[in-house]
Amino acid sequence: MLTVNIAIIIPFLAAIFIPFINKKYPNIHIGWFALFVPATLFVTLARYIPTIAGGKTYVYTINWIPSYGINFTTYLDGLSMIFALLITGIGSLVVIYSIYYLSSKESLSHFYVYLLLFMGAMLGVVFSDNIMVLYVFWELTSISSFLLIAFWYHRKKSRQGAKKSLLITISGGFGMLIGFIMLSGIADTLSIREIVLTIGDNTDHPLFLPAMLLILLGAFTKSAQFPFHIWLPDAMEAPTPVSAYLHSATMVKAGIYLVARFTPVFGGEQTWFWLVSGVGLLTLFWGSFNAIRQTDLKALLAYSTVSQLGMIMSMFGMGSAALHFGYSTESVVYTQATFAALFHLINHSTFKGALFMVVGIVDHEVGTRDLRRLGGLITIMPATFTIALIGSFSMAGLPPFNGFLSKEMFFTAALNISQLDIFALDTWGTLLPVIAWIGSVFTFVYSMIIVFQTFFGPYQKEKLDLPAHGASRGMLVSPIILAVFVVGIFFFPNLVGKYLINPAMTTIFPRLAVEGDLGQTITIWHGFQPELYMTIGVIAVGTFLYIFRNYWKGIYSLFPEKWTFNELYYFSLTQLEDGSAAVTKSYMTGFLRDYLLYIYLFFIVAIGGILFYTGAFSFDLTGDEPVTMFEWSIIIVMIIAGITILFAKSRLTAVLLNGVLGYSIAVLFVIFRAPDLALTQIIVETVTTVLFLVCYYYMPEWKKENKPTRTKRINLIISIAVGIVFVLVALSVQSGKLFESISGYFENAYELAGGKNIVNAILGDFRAFDTMLEVVVLLIAGIGVYTLIKLKAGKEDENIEDQ
Amino acid sequence: MKINNVILQAVTKIAVFIILTLAVYLFLSGHNSPGGGFIGGLVLATAFVLLFIVFDIETVQKAIPFDFKRVAALGAFLAVGTGFGSLLFGEPFLSQSFGYFDLPIFGKTELATVTIFEAGVALVVVGVVVTIILSISEDV
Repeated sequence: MLTVNIAIIIPFLAAIFIPFINKKYPNIHIGWFALFVPATLFVTLARYIPTIAGGKTYVYTINWIPSYGINFTTYLDGLSMIFALLITGIGSLVVIYSIYYLSSKESLSHFYVYLLLFMGAMLGVVFSDNIMVLYVFWELTSISSFLLIAFWYHRKKSRQGAKKSLLITISGGFGMLIGFIMLSGIADTLSIREIVLTIGDNTDHPLFLPAMLLILLGAFTKSAQFPFHIWLPDAMEAPTPVSAYLHSATMVKAGIYLVARFTPVFGGEQTWFWLVSGVGLLTLFWGSFNAIRQTDLKALLAYSTVSQLGMIMSMFGMGSAALHFGYSTESVVYTQATFAALFHLINHSTFKGALFMVVGIVDHEVGTRDLRRLGGLITIMPATFTIALIGSFSMAGLPPFNGFLSKEMFFTAALNISQLDIFALDTWGTLLPVIAWIGSVFTFVYSMIIVFQTFFGPYQKEKLDLPAHGASRGMLVSPIILAVFVVGIFFFPNLVGKYLINPAMTTIFPRLAVEGDLGQTITIWHGFQPELYMTIGVIAVGTFLYIFRNYWKGIYSLFPEKWTFNELYYFSLTQLEDGSAAVTKSYMTGFLRDYLLYIYLFFIVAIGGILFYTGAFSFDLTGDEPVTMFEWSIIIVMIIAGITILFAKSRLTAVLLNGVLGYSIAVLFVIFRAPDLALTQIIVETVTTVLFLVCYYYMPEWKKENKPTRTKRINLIISIAVGIVFVLVALSVQSGKLFESISGYFENAYELAGGKNIVNAILGDFRAFDTMLEVVVLLIAGIGVYTLIKLKAGKEDENIEDQ
Repeated sequence: MKINNVILQAVTKIAVFIILTLAVYLFLSGHNSPGGGFIGGLVLATAFVLLFIVFDIETVQKAIPFDFKRVAALGAFLAVGTGFGSLLFGEPFLSQSFGYFDLPIFGKTELATVTIFEAGVALVVVGVVVTIILSISEDV
């Protein structure tokens, strides 16, 4: 369906127009235009919910680089539908919220351009069927996230956080790319659907395991799983709407999406099961444990997001065990974990989105997010308090909020899986529900901290930057809508289950779904079961720990500051920077002469060496044309000019003599009937001469250098060697026929491209991709020269980087 | 740069038009004979550079009020944009097309989408060359 492809492109197109619209209508908040995009997309996509729930999927392909199998293929099914609705739905709410959150003094058009860029990229990730296209969009989300975190780029912390998130997610993404390439090698296709169909025969391929590990690396870095979670708290330097959108509801779930999407490929394997659920549970525990000690509300929420992501991740891992068996009533029970994962994914987006917005409101109205300074806001911000209460209690897993349902299902799934006797679960299985329970206790504690430390207790007016007052109505709209969902999903969970989650289950378990129904009914009350006792235990122990939190907080000092992953990250970063600086300084001497030496040596060794090694230096002079008088005379002119440069007294003479060489080559091209080359050579020569003259002013004095004879001799040998290699290459070019000539193809230029000029047909048509990229490189080089010259800091300017 | 070379200025005033005409000719003829976007753009750039050398930069910029950085950006946008254009017709990225049309004055003429692509190339070349030369020469 073309609609889906267009849905991906529209945000990008809108991003192009945002700056122009902003300039044209400076009085209207540009956010309203931006809002139009996600809102329309949400409605458009929502119209397909019934058909998707009916089991239909839509595929549409736009050819991109068909010769490499890279095509812009979109695939709309249950799984991508959930994510797309989250992206556009939460996206709309975040845009509304941001309109009231950001003051009009900020560079709003930048903000919305980045936001739309992200939206398009994220839609691309969830809709792409082609793994290469998916990778492109995947990295685009990292880049737009980088831009958004560094939105207040004048702050040092923002820049650091942005860099950290970019480095971690991009290196994970790079691993994922390698994994994708391996996977495409195994399955001989780039389409995820086809990989899923054929992978069953290839699970013992030697690259299967490395591909799985590398793809998981991509997923874990993106979804901030332990130990890569360290970037997420630092990403909180972004404006709060961004944190609510990218760093809790959508982008960090891209890794979870990837795991879900590749469950039919890798699921059922022991490594996959233990890695995904193990790392997930560890993240759940570590994130929730660390959230409690945070004093910044946003950092607390960041760690809580880390832990919730771990929880969702672990459920996907547990659910994958169902693929180990065929279809049976038993395996359906194990798929319940995946069902719960998808359910919690939706729930988490609703309550965490609302909580982030609440924190944003508090920050915006009071001027601080520090828990030690906050308190007693309940009377001042009753509406905000209500939303915070709904969000936190849902996160803690209390009824009547949607978090209760998915938390119960999480316990059920963990209990069921621990009963299995595959994958060494009979020895280690008991750990799963235990860690899940401990993590939930900590979750309960920090959820209480959010509500009670912020809104109850004494109101410390003197500690606040701004006099507290109620939130503006506009800012409350989005969190209220999310809070309504939090409560609504609790009472009508099966609407979500039937229309959104069941179709996605079919995607994740295609082989099981063929044989029977995977649907689950979510029940609010299922009797006095172990999971209920677990919840009651969470509440009891959690309340106890919350009340006496000051007595056991000493635990945190057991973890020395020096041995954190953060320290490791900064240590390796500085080591890398220092190391590369040392290496670079060792050969970047600042002398053009040295650089030329490197280039020539490389030329001699790489080109000459390889040709010599492969025995390609073979030539036959008998078939060559005789050299005519014209050619002789031009060549003699060139030789004289070339030798004279060496003895030139002034730089101007040398420049002009160099010009003589260039123009003589152009004349040679004319004689050899290559008018294109001659034309280009003449003009390039003219422009370079002008450039030379322009730069003349800056050149150091032209003087003879006094180097030791030894150096001079070496230089002489190198220059002669370069000349010899060059001549040999020129002579042997004709002799080595490694493969059939493809020139016959280009000779049909008139029929294929409608042009008689073969050279230009190649440049503009047959190999237009090269030309396009060259043009872009040229532009980048031009901008580079411009910025280097124009934007350099003056001697008196302060260094703005160090603020 | 203030120079007052009357002969050079007088010759330039005429020569620039010849160079510009040549540039346009080279650009358009590139499909079937030597020329094309790159060469056309370079010749165009030399015309501007000649103007900048003979007259001073301020005078020329008053007469030709282009921001050459934007010209270059527009060119890159055109070149990359034509690639996406073919996607709209269900063809692979950067597919070019051509056709023969009967135009009123020119008679049977070939029109090719590659011309738009080449125009992008030409604009980038002009923009970048002039930007580089201007920024170096202004940096005193």
